[in-house]
Amino acid sequence: MSSKANQEPLLHITKRRAMPWQAAWAVRIGSIVFALIICAIITMAATGLDPMSVYGTMLDGAFGSERKIWILGKETAVLLIIALAMAPAFRMKFWNLGGEGQVLIGALVTAAMMIYLGERLPNPILILLMFVAAVAAGALWAGIPAFFKAKWNTNETLFTLMMNYVAIQLVAYYIIIWESPKGSGKVGVINQATEAGWLPRIGDFQYLLNIIIVALVTIGIYIYLKYSKHGYEISVVGESQQTARYVGIKVDRVIIRTLLLSGAICGLCGFLMVSGTDHTITTTLAGGRGFIGVLVAWLAQFNPGAMVFASLLLTVLTRGASEISTIYGLNQSFGDILTGIILFCIIGSEFFINYRVHFRKGVGRRVDGGSKPAAVAETAGDDPAEKETGKEGADV
Amino acid sequence: MFDLIAFIPRAIVQGIPLLYGCTGETISEKAGSLNLGIPGVMYVGGICGVIGAFLYEQSCGGHVNGFLAITIPLLSCLLGSLLMGLLFAVLTVTLRANQNVVGLAMTTFGVGFGNFFGGSLIKLTGSDVPSIALSATSRYFSRGLPFAGDMGAFGKVFLSYGFLAYAAVIIAFITAYVLKKTRTGLHLRAVGENPATADAAGINITRYKYLSICIGCMIAGLGGLYYVMDYASGVWSNDAFGDRGWLAIALVIFTLWRPNIAVFASFLFGGLYILYLFIPTGTDLAVKELYKMLPYVVTIIVLILTGMRNKRENQPPESLGLPYFREDR
Repeated sequence: MSSKANQEPLLHITKRRAMPWQAAWAVRIGSIVFALIICAIITMAATGLDPMSVYGTMLDGAFGSERKIWILGKETAVLLIIALAMAPAFRMKFWNLGGEGQVLIGALVTAAMMIYLGERLPNPILILLMFVAAVAAGALWAGIPAFFKAKWNTNETLFTLMMNYVAIQLVAYYIIIWESPKGSGKVGVINQATEAGWLPRIGDFQYLLNIIIVALVTIGIYIYLKYSKHGYEISVVGESQQTARYVGIKVDRVIIRTLLLSGAICGLCGFLMVSGTDHTITTTLAGGRGFIGVLVAWLAQFNPGAMVFASLLLTVLTRGASEISTIYGLNQSFGDILTGIILFCIIGSEFFINYRVHFRKGVGRRVDGGSKPAAVAETAGDDPAEKETGKEGADV
Repeated sequence: MFDLIAFIPRAIVQGIPLLYGCTGETISEKAGSLNLGIPGVMYVGGICGVIGAFLYEQSCGGHVNGFLAITIPLLSCLLGSLLMGLLFAVLTVTLRANQNVVGLAMTTFGVGFGNFFGGSLIKLTGSDVPSIALSATSRYFSRGLPFAGDMGAFGKVFLSYGFLAYAAVIIAFITAYVLKKTRTGLHLRAVGENPATADAAGINITRYKYLSICIGCMIAGLGGLYYVMDYASGVWSNDAFGDRGWLAIALVIFTLWRPNIAVFASFLFGGLYILYLFIPTGTDLAVKELYKMLPYVVTIIVLILTGMRNKRENQPPESLGLPYFREDR
């Protein structure tokens, strides 16, 4: 015990100054390569297939034909817009896990107007109304938790999470009311004959309009976060609420305003999905992308440009996974496993970007073999003197 | 007519997986780790138990030994959830990654893992229905007390469950006792409230966080095992477990981080979860969907009320969700 107490720890960890961005990206790309190698090994072990041909098939599934590339673009756009919606809130350290519900509620309102107002209004007015209503509904769905967070500091992570299920059940309720044909449990394509409330398509490209709108939102969010006064206030509140109050920022107002924006963009996403591409509504419309969007926003460190790549990467994975599931008869969920492994590796790699690990000089003297950081504390017990040695070790 | 004697046992069997998940999550939250990977962990726990039971049933060729039929799935379930717990702990404690992000990634991974191996096993058995049935081993899990049938309503309400159901209640009470009355529990709570102070007092933060996350995940994993082996009588079908994992996390707030309250609250939630089956709505299927909203709405209301009343002992652990880095001060 006493010999251990006088040891320097085997390794200790300090925070880095900002790593040059080239090096940071090298670490991230390295982690993705590492993840792909692990995935290849797992693929081989679990299925006995040649991993290279599996990867080849995945790329083929994502980029293989013009149609596949369009679908890839459409799916990427959906994931990207959800991630963009999350970004301002996360910048403020407000964990909005309610993207799923906010998208659904926007979609629900859109579908309702298509069904009830379909033939009564001229199309441009209808679409405009649908847009406004969907955005308002999404904003409301995010605004409720934000209001309670700002007023009474309720836990937003859990509140927004619960709001998802309220939205899902609401959609399930209306699906049964609207179901057509009766008893099918599905809404079916809304206004198939009249195409009332359908977004116009540009030329022959069904998905192009959605992609353009999402691209505009990307630019808008970039400017909003980087150059506007609001964006600045968001970062200050995210860094320290005390500081924000001290410089005269009204924190509760910033919270509510930012969440209204976040929800509004999610509502817009629901509108685009129902009116632009799907023309129907299901409870799985968002399909977990409310959560994946959180991961995209975080992986990209709230940088809208990087979000484009992150959402493209994850969409390629999902599309590729559905391709291998049909070709090799694998289960669709294999893609979730691969996505999970890649995410774990990228998440883990952030550590090496933000911290530096120092090894003790002369590792041969190793006694405790503590490979965990803060291993000092393991032997420290209650003796304050031992704490001192730990601190000294950290200063070397 | 509302049939209470039929309702209570069904509410309880619905509540047991939630109780496991809630107890596990409470342990890790009390040490400051908001583990949103619990839904994934429960899937992994369930499927690992199924894999264990499947391999055992294949290898024993019809002669099922009761002891092995229980231990093998149980151990493989615990091992699977332990590995998930270690993953979370390494990423959030050692590598200091954001807990919410890791948790969500773990849920994606865990649900995918469960459905992938579930799907593969279903294909291996070559059955026509998209599910896998392990009735031989499951019989041992769901066996109630032998005299329960003779005791009428009392037997049905209190004695008709498999051993994992009673284990859930016992584990919850033990957890409540340990957290509240023992030194270990005090240290654990100190780590969750203010790790810097706990560190200064000589408490080993890393060890407490690792242990609480791993034990929490193992307990939560049992919830998945109970669901497949007992509640679903050994039938695994993909996505059947549904959103119970999230509901378990909701239950933690609902019970204000107290596992002894969770015992009753989980039965209440189980009841709310299936209430729509018992409320006579006639042919109006749509309204049933609205009743399914109840557990979530109730959780939201509790969340708001505890926030408004702002009593110190009802608040979440103070450092919940925050990483701890000693040199950060």
